[in-house]
Amino acid sequence: MASAPSREIAYHPSTVTRSAKLLITGPFGVGKTTLVGSVAPLLLRMDESITEASVGVDDLRGTPEKTTTTVAMDFGRLHLNESLVLYLFGTPGQVRFRPLWEGLADGALGALVLVDTRDLDRCHDLLDLLEEQGLPYAVAVNRFDGAREYPADEVRQALDLADDTPLTTCDARDRASCVQALITLVEYLMTRLPPSAG
Amino acid sequence: MVRPYVRTGGRSRPSRDVRLETLVIAAHNPLLQGLSPEARRVLDVCKGGVLAVAEIAAGLDLPPSVVRIVVSGLIDSGHLTAPERRSRADAPSADLLKEVLHGLRSIA
Repeated sequence: MASAPSREIAYHPSTVTRSAKLLITGPFGVGKTTLVGSVAPLLLRMDESITEASVGVDDLRGTPEKTTTTVAMDFGRLHLNESLVLYLFGTPGQVRFRPLWEGLADGALGALVLVDTRDLDRCHDLLDLLEEQGLPYAVAVNRFDGAREYPADEVRQALDLADDTPLTTCDARDRASCVQALITLVEYLMTRLPPSAG
Repeated sequence: MVRPYVRTGGRSRPSRDVRLETLVIAAHNPLLQGLSPEARRVLDVCKGGVLAVAEIAAGLDLPPSVVRIVVSGLIDSGHLTAPERRSRADAPSADLLKEVLHGLRSIA
């Protein structure tokens, strides 16, 4: 990891007036924060408290037990030109953190889903959640040391991806490959615009 | 632990479209009277320049859900202004996507 997330107050240059947002999501430990830290010059952390149902949610006898959990959310930003800043929000992919998505998905241009080929099964709930949120996404395989290379069509099949969903690879520690994965995502988002808007 | 609705004066949702990436800056000479401690902290930090809701949450160690509500209240009361006046659209505009793409390509 490039650097630890910070909690400093970092003002934008006064010329910055607009912002855009992409989500970086994926299973726990897949390298989301590493990717954000590789791309963005500044990595920040905030903590959200969420109320989640404890084990036994389907207990029919009464209201389920609720617990409050603090979830750390890492994000980074990069200035794309003098007036526009792009935010990259590392977004926990676990479905139990669904309450977090309310504030994250709204207004997001799209999501990059980072996956580990050793553990593709954990991604299905997350992809369902993205579909449910109506958030377009591209999938990037994080090339972990020692992980076997899977042919793209095997990964596609395992994740049950739509034909037009982009599938790419990157190394979360390598800035150039991460930027390229983001470019792949944004190029895909442009293909989804209504024809009249192009 | 302080319940979020105590920090936000009873509100549980932002009164306007305030997102994590929404940019704000303090208005000139804002009055501090009647503001909650959290609202004062948010306003104070916004006097220094342009920040997004997420950066305020990170810098002040407040939950972003709370900051969204406090910021929307401070915009309503004129204490904060948004440098951004983006129209709400269901789909992102082609222009914005083009600009993002161009920006990413320039750093690739």
